[in-house]
Amino acid sequence: MGLRRLVLFSPGNWWLLLVALKCSEASPDLNESTNSSAQQEPNAWFAAASSEADEKIPVFALDYDYVQIPYEVTLWILLASLAKIGFHLYHRLPGLMPESCLLIIVGALVGAIIFGTDHKSPPVMDSSIYFLYLLPPIVLEGGYFMPTRPFFENIGSILWWAGLGALINAFGIGLSLYLICQIKAFGLSDVNLLQNLLFGSLISAVDPVAVLAVFEEAHVNEPLYMMIFGEALLNDGISVVLYNILIAFTKMHKFEDIEPVDILAGCARFIIVGVGGVFFGVIFGFISAFITRFTQNISAIEPLIVFMFSYLSYLAAETLYLSGILAITACAVTMKKYYFMKMLSSVSETLIFIFMGVSTIGKNHEWNWAFICFTLVFCQIWRAISVFALFYVSNQFRTFPFSIKDQCIIFYSGVRGAGSFSLAFLLPLSLFPRKKMFVTATLVVIYFTVFIQGITIGPLVRYLDVKKTNKKESINEELHIRLMDHLKAGIEDVCGQWSHYQVRDKFKKFDHRYLRKILIRKNQPKSSIVSLYKKLEMKQAIEMVETGILSSTAFSVPQQAQRIHGTKRLSPEDVESMRDILTHNMYQVRQRTLSYNKYNLRPQTSEKQAKEILIRRQNTLRESMRKGHSLPWGKPAGTKNIRYLSFPYGHPQPARRDPRAAGFTGNDSSDSELPSIMFKAHSRTGTLQERRLTHEIIPMKSLPSGGKPCHVRYPRHTSQEEHVGPGRREALRPKPLFHAVDEEFESGEESEEESSASGSRWSAEPRPSRQHHRSHSPLLQRK
Amino acid sequence: MGSRGSHAARIPDGDSIRRETGFSQASLLRLYHRFRALDRNKKGYLSRMDLQQIGALAVNPLGCGVGNLRVDFPGFVRVLAHFRPVDDEDPGMRDPKEPEPLNSRMNKLRFAFQLYDLDRDGKISRHEMLQVLRLMVGVQVTEEQLESIADRTVQEADEDGDGAVSFLEFAKSLEKMDIEQKMSIRILK
Repeated sequence: MGLRRLVLFSPGNWWLLLVALKCSEASPDLNESTNSSAQQEPNAWFAAASSEADEKIPVFALDYDYVQIPYEVTLWILLASLAKIGFHLYHRLPGLMPESCLLIIVGALVGAIIFGTDHKSPPVMDSSIYFLYLLPPIVLEGGYFMPTRPFFENIGSILWWAGLGALINAFGIGLSLYLICQIKAFGLSDVNLLQNLLFGSLISAVDPVAVLAVFEEAHVNEPLYMMIFGEALLNDGISVVLYNILIAFTKMHKFEDIEPVDILAGCARFIIVGVGGVFFGVIFGFISAFITRFTQNISAIEPLIVFMFSYLSYLAAETLYLSGILAITACAVTMKKYYFMKMLSSVSETLIFIFMGVSTIGKNHEWNWAFICFTLVFCQIWRAISVFALFYVSNQFRTFPFSIKDQCIIFYSGVRGAGSFSLAFLLPLSLFPRKKMFVTATLVVIYFTVFIQGITIGPLVRYLDVKKTNKKESINEELHIRLMDHLKAGIEDVCGQWSHYQVRDKFKKFDHRYLRKILIRKNQPKSSIVSLYKKLEMKQAIEMVETGILSSTAFSVPQQAQRIHGTKRLSPEDVESMRDILTHNMYQVRQRTLSYNKYNLRPQTSEKQAKEILIRRQNTLRESMRKGHSLPWGKPAGTKNIRYLSFPYGHPQPARRDPRAAGFTGNDSSDSELPSIMFKAHSRTGTLQERRLTHEIIPMKSLPSGGKPCHVRYPRHTSQEEHVGPGRREALRPKPLFHAVDEEFESGEESEEESSASGSRWSAEPRPSRQHHRSHSPLLQRK
Repeated sequence: MGSRGSHAARIPDGDSIRRETGFSQASLLRLYHRFRALDRNKKGYLSRMDLQQIGALAVNPLGCGVGNLRVDFPGFVRVLAHFRPVDDEDPGMRDPKEPEPLNSRMNKLRFAFQLYDLDRDGKISRHEMLQVLRLMVGVQVTEEQLESIADRTVQEADEDGDGAVSFLEFAKSLEKMDIEQKMSIRILK
């Protein structure tokens, strides 16, 4: 996986060159000007050398200067990527500490190297580079991988918390620091209110995505995850907006007499900037989605178009002084996702951390104990205040409130990251004579939060969750607990999710009627289960199932009776080993939180588990159909393993026809969260084979099972498209598995490609497919 | 808001269902919408097909277990009622003559018990336990291991030595477990 990332570097390299060249052009802000003089030297040396060798053509020459900047930048990024690979190879590490720890260390290392060798022209970042090139990919990527549905369900709380939280933190920290500065003893009295406020705004820019990876290991619940995610997403945008507004203020008034009118104007501007940015982003997102509808034949262009549109939205918003970050976030949300994004954002982030590392190891610090310590203290205090106060209020309105434990976790996950550093770094020196102090303080806060909080949050989360259940459980309990978890997960899926149902209803209606038709193209790539079957050839799958699962026929009663008497002989070690077997082999309950974030893309175990379950089910289905059972659960003894558990429903009533044909036909079934199985975007080749595979299963259903009315639906209906649409549309959903299940089991559902064909094709299909079916049944019979 | 009222009136037997299961009006309405959404052909009941469309159910090892039974709306609600969070009222205040609410601990346990007891004879035999085990465990566990685990499970819970686990034994083996929390879904409140 890391290798792949490396391979994809080549397009990124060119982009990097651009950045790097700008780097070299930019006037060094903080670094000494010895660079320029040092730069003259080797030039002179080369000049001298070349003047000597004027008559002869140098056979072997060294021109390091020419490639220096891109060379070094590439080396750093390579180094960081290698470090990341190593980081992930050791499986437990990502759960222990956030990845930004690693990046910071690498950055510091590079900085140390540069400092130690007293290198000329270390990298310099100026605000245009940051805002134009480095920041958009990071934000874009955050927006793409956002799980849309839970985000919008919690959007009230998220907006309330992220927006107000950022504001409270910023102003709180700024004001308290200002008060501290007033104390003459600390020698800080030249730092005025505006500067403090600005510092507050930049230091409150939290980057908790780093901790999300840690959360994954600890299985925090979904709303909590969403809060942190939403905060990470919106926080950058909000702090940057605030930062810019305050910078404008600072530039306007050198003194501290700011009139209330200005403050009001500032607030209004804040709102306009925010909302305008989002608006822009959404529009661009729609345009881009519309265009990508036509690019199915030139799929190489797609990522480019997507990226360009997002970037364009950013730039356009910035032109109008609207918030580009929020624009790009909104744009990303409205578009589909691409893997390409992760690469760019990783590169961006790495660069920023390198800059950070470089400035850490350097002479550019001003250490003021009071300021730094109080900054740290106030950061924590104000975050605590904002968390508890805001959540107290929002809990009144939420259907399921956040517990105190959740709030503690949210408080503790206030890890600062690259964002704050960049903003601090870019403070204009002219307005901020004490800029170095700010930078130092920011660095200290970042290091503290990332390392100390980042590393300890994992154990903390686990401790808070697991506190109660430390005792050893009997095998019984383990099994039953797991069963109940599965049961609960199943029922939750049956229920779907709902909240603010009415509003979402209406939005979905609108979405389906108009947006989907316009924006989603007709032929989507094949879904995941089909590729699953492609992956395991049918025969192999059957073999695996047969040897693994079907190897035992049902137990006959006499065997059972024998066993009863022999049960006393189990020793404690046996019990222990049994418990181990159970714990390690029982299927995991489907994760509700999506386990991809910035740092990892695919979990392997759930994929394997889902495969097994699906194969098993597929097999039992086939068997039950073969036997012509209309009731798949018969008496257990003497029959093959019939796996359906009876759902204790009440008296089955005769079917009641519901004359009202109301709105949604299956939209909400897409709400259910899926196991985070991500299959790569597949090629559309091999569709014939896939179709064969899928339809092999389908006609089995149409084998008459008693007098049961066939649910085969011949006429195409629009709900098919809508039905699949949600699966595609969700910005985050990875090739929904459930769509695949549809193809498998739903007798009437045709795959996407089919839907474009006429209905008469259906009748042609069962014939060849049935042959397949028959060809396979001898295999089974042989056993 | 007016439309909500008319919706509620459209649920057949809405009042009696509400009384029986204890759902609030709003929740019942949501369940009704969900039922209608799942019931793709507007048959008025849910078949196995409908439930299997819920993708995550497909990879739920317990299977969706409806089979060919038709689940109508009252049945649907009744099942889901088991998963309502337990009301925190003072148990003394409840009218003892009324039947236990569907989401009481006992009823939740009974529901879980029925998942094991496939032939509905009121006991979980070793065979049934084995079947459930097989569902829940990956393919790499051998059959002998599964058998011995099933043996052990039954043995642990079985107190009267009949080789099967009755409902009371089942409940007893889980007395330390927080069933109310495990089998409650918050949104069903």
